[in-house]
Amino acid sequence: MTADTHPRSMPGWLIAPKNILVFLLRSPTSAFGLAVLALLILTAIFAPLLATHDPYVQALGNVLKPPGDGHLFGTDELGRDIFSRLVYGARITLTIIFLVSIVVGPIGLVIGTSAGYLGGKFDTVMMRITDIFLSFPSLILSLAFVAALGPSLNNAIIAIALTSWPPIARLARAEAMTFRNADYIAAARLQGASATRIIVKSIMPMCLPSVLIRLTLNMATVILTAAGLGFLGLGAQPPMPEWGAMIATGRRYMLDSWWLVTFPGVSILSVSLAFNLLGDGLRDALDPKQMNRR
Amino acid sequence: MSLPRLRLAGAAGQLGSIAVTLLGLLMLTFFIGRLMPADPVRAIVGEDATRETYEQVYTSLGLDRPLYEQFVYYLGDVLTGDFGTSIRTGQPVIEDILHVMPATIELATFAIFIGATLGVSMGVLAAVNKDRWPDHVVRVLSLFGHSMPIFWTGMIALIVFYAHLGLVGGSGRMDQFYIGLVDDRTGFLLVDSLLAGEMDVFWSALNHLILPAALLGYSSSAYITRMTRSFMLDQLGQEYVTTARVKGLSRHQTIWLHAFGNIRVQLVTIIALAYGSLLEGAVLIETVFAWPGFGQYLTSNLIIGDMNAVMTCVLIVGVIFIGLNLLSDILYRIFDPRTR
Amino acid sequence: MEKTILDVRNLRIRYGGSPVEAVRGVSFTLGRERLGIVGESGSGKSTVGRAMLRLLPGATITADMLRFEETDLLALSEKEMLKVRGRRMSMILQDPKFSLNPIRRVGDQVAETYLRHFQCSRREAHDKAVAMLEAVKIRDPERVFRQYPHEISGGMGQRVMIAMMLLADPDLVIADEPTSALDVTVRLQVLNILDGLVRDRGIGLIMISHDLNLVRNFCDRVLIMYAGKVVETLKASDLDHAQHPYTQGLLAAQPRIGGTRQPLAVLDRKPEWLEESL
Repeated sequence: MTADTHPRSMPGWLIAPKNILVFLLRSPTSAFGLAVLALLILTAIFAPLLATHDPYVQALGNVLKPPGDGHLFGTDELGRDIFSRLVYGARITLTIIFLVSIVVGPIGLVIGTSAGYLGGKFDTVMMRITDIFLSFPSLILSLAFVAALGPSLNNAIIAIALTSWPPIARLARAEAMTFRNADYIAAARLQGASATRIIVKSIMPMCLPSVLIRLTLNMATVILTAAGLGFLGLGAQPPMPEWGAMIATGRRYMLDSWWLVTFPGVSILSVSLAFNLLGDGLRDALDPKQMNRR
Repeated sequence: MSLPRLRLAGAAGQLGSIAVTLLGLLMLTFFIGRLMPADPVRAIVGEDATRETYEQVYTSLGLDRPLYEQFVYYLGDVLTGDFGTSIRTGQPVIEDILHVMPATIELATFAIFIGATLGVSMGVLAAVNKDRWPDHVVRVLSLFGHSMPIFWTGMIALIVFYAHLGLVGGSGRMDQFYIGLVDDRTGFLLVDSLLAGEMDVFWSALNHLILPAALLGYSSSAYITRMTRSFMLDQLGQEYVTTARVKGLSRHQTIWLHAFGNIRVQLVTIIALAYGSLLEGAVLIETVFAWPGFGQYLTSNLIIGDMNAVMTCVLIVGVIFIGLNLLSDILYRIFDPRTR
Repeated sequence: MEKTILDVRNLRIRYGGSPVEAVRGVSFTLGRERLGIVGESGSGKSTVGRAMLRLLPGATITADMLRFEETDLLALSEKEMLKVRGRRMSMILQDPKFSLNPIRRVGDQVAETYLRHFQCSRREAHDKAVAMLEAVKIRDPERVFRQYPHEISGGMGQRVMIAMMLLADPDLVIADEPTSALDVTVRLQVLNILDGLVRDRGIGLIMISHDLNLVRNFCDRVLIMYAGKVVETLKASDLDHAQHPYTQGLLAAQPRIGGTRQPLAVLDRKPEWLEESL
C-alpha cells in the first residue's frame, strides 16, 4: 500500500491522487476542508445563479437593513445585498488563489530545481535572495510592493506572488538535490542530455507533487494576506465585492450593523481554515509513517 | 581540537552572512522604492506643481544619476543614519519611527507572553495526549487561530467585549481623558504610568492593551503550539525519558523535569521568530484598535504614498527579523550545555 | 534456589493495533540469581524486560501470574507502580549516549533516584550519589558528578547508569543489552563492576542480550527466546548441551578461536518453531 501511494514512485503517481483523496475524505477535518473548497468553487462558477441581487446596484432607500426580509445577510451602507456581494466575492478570492498559484508554482519550481541541480554560484546567489525575502513577514513585503506599484487588485496579486515564491523555491531545491545524484540522472547525462533538458524532463516532474502540496499549504496565508491588503485599502478597490475591502467599509458601521463585517469575515475565515485543514490532512496523508499506522 | 577557534570562525562566518543579508535587504528596499511606478517626486511636490519645481526636486533627489550611483548614495545615507524626511510630519523618518516603536513593542511583548504561554502549554498537552481527544481539540484550536483574519477578529472582539460587555477598554492605548497626563519617558505606557505613580492611567492602559494583545497572542500561538507539539513528541521518544520513568518518576514529572528542559532551547528559537511575525499582525490590529504604533505609522504612510517612510519601516522590520534570528542563536548557545 | 523474586506465568503482550502478540505465553521464575534472556532482535526479549516495569505505552499485558516478591504487578495502580520502579526494581538501558538526559548534570541525574524514593536533604542525596559513583569505580566522583553526559565516555556513562539504577538498593535489576553500545575494550570492565555489585548486594539480575558468550560467562541460567516464546531454558554451563535446534543453530553460528576455517553455519529457521510450546 505504501509503495503505491508514495508520491515519488513514478508509476504510482497517477494512482496517488486518488488514494490521497480517499485518505483525506476519511478524516472529518480534511473532509470539511475539501467540502468548503468545493463550495467555494461552485459558488464562484454559479455566482449569477446564486446571487439574489446585483452586487453593484445601490438602493439608497434600503441601507443597513438587518438580515432577513428578502436580504439573507442584510444590506450594506449603500443598500447593496451582502449575500450577493459575498457570492461574487468568491470569484475574486478564487482568482487570487488561481493567479498566485500559476505564478508562484512555476517560478519557485524553475528557480529551485535549477539551483538544486546546478549548484555552485548560481545556487548560492539564489539561496541568498530567498534568504532576504524570507527575512520579512509576507504581509509587510507585500505592503511595500503594493505601495510602490499602486493599490489595485492586480498589483496585490503581483505583490503576493512576488513574496511567496521563496519557500517554494527552497523546497524544490531541497528535492532536486536529493535527485541530483540518482543513477537515472547520471544515465541521462551520459546520453548527452543538456542541463536544461534534465531539469525540465527529469527533475521537475519529480519535485512537482511536493510543490503542489506546499502551494496548498501556503494558500491560507495568501488568502489572509490578500484580505489584509483589501482591508488596508491596498487591494481590490471599491466597489468590488472583495471580502477584505467589504470589512474595511463596514468597519464604520460595525457597532450598530454587525452584519456588515460579520459575514465577509466568516467567509474569509472558512476558506482559510479550509485550506489549513486540507494542508494538515495532506501532510498526514503523505507521511508514510502515518499511512502505515492507520 | 581547537574548539574555540572553530567557534570563532563560526561567529565570523555568521557575521559575514548577516552583512550580506543586510546589504541584500537594502538593495531590495532601494529597488522597490526606485524602480516601481510610484513617483517619489510627485509624492513630494503634489499633483499640480510646475514643471520647473518638478525638475528641481527630481535633480535634488539625485534621480538623474545612474541607478548604481543612487544606490551608493542611499547606502551612505543609511549608514550615517539618514533615512530621509517624512512628508506627513516633516520630521526625519527615523525619529518618527523611534517615537512610535515603544507602543508596538509594548503590545507585541505582552502578546508574545500570552501566545507563548498558550502555545507551549497547548503543545505539551497535545504531545502528551497524542491522537487522543485533547490532541484533536488543540489542533483545531490552533488551526483556527492560524486561519482567522486578525483585523476582523479584532473588530468582532471590540463589538463583543467592549461595546456589548464593557469588559475592556476600546480603541487607543488609554481612555481619552487620560491622554497627556503622563510624561513620555520610556514610551512604554505601562512603565511611564508606574513611574509617574498614576495608577488610574496604568489600569486604563492595561485595560486597552489586553484585548489586542490577547488576539495577537492567540494568532501567534498556532505556530508555537505546532512546533512545541512536534519537539515534545521527539523528546518523548528518547531513551532518557524511559530512564526517568525507570527511576520512578511519574509521567508528569518526566515531562516537566526532563523532557521540557530539552525543548527549552528550541522553544526560545521559535518564540523569537514568532515575535517577529507578530509585527505582521500588529500592522493590522493597530489599524483596527487605533493603536498609535509602528503598524499604524506604516499604513498611514502607505496610503499617502510616502515611499521614504514606507521603505524605512520595511527595512526596520527586516533588521528586527535578522536581529531576532541572531538573538535566538545566541540564546541557543547559552541554554544548551553542549554548545558551551 | 532460595526465595523467589519474580514469578511469571503465561505472560502475553500485544502492542496497540498489532494483530499478533509480541510475547506469546512466556513463563519463568527468578531467585537471587542471574538470569540471561537471549534471542535475536524482535524475539520479544526487551519487551519482556519492560513489561516487568510496566513501561510499555500502548501495549496490553496479560498473564496468569506476574508476581514480584509479594506484589502482584498487574494489580498495582500506576501510582503504586511509581514506588516499585527505581526503588525495588530498576533497569539498565543500552546506550548511555541516549539514556542520560543531555542537559542535566550526571550527578543530579544519579541523585534524583535517591531523592525520589527517600525523604532526605539534597546534601544527603548528593553524598549518596557520590559514594555510589565511587562504588562503580569512577575516579574523582565529585568531578564526574558535575559533568554533563556529553563530557564523559561511553564506559563511564554506563557506570553512571549502573550507579543510578542501583542507588536505591533494588531487589531486581534488568539489564537490557547493557554493553552492546560500548567499546569492546571496556565491556568486560563494566560487566565486572555490575556483576560485583549484584553479587555483593544479593540483587536478582535479568540480563537481556543477543550475545551468547556474554550470557554464558555472567549468568547462572539462560532463557532462549524465539518469536515471542521461550524455546529452551538451561543452565549457563549446560549451553553446549542445548536440545533445541534453534539454540544449537545459534551456537553453531558463533565464530570460535581455533575453530575450523569453514564458513559459519547459517541459522535455518523452521516454521514449526513458531507454534510449538515448551
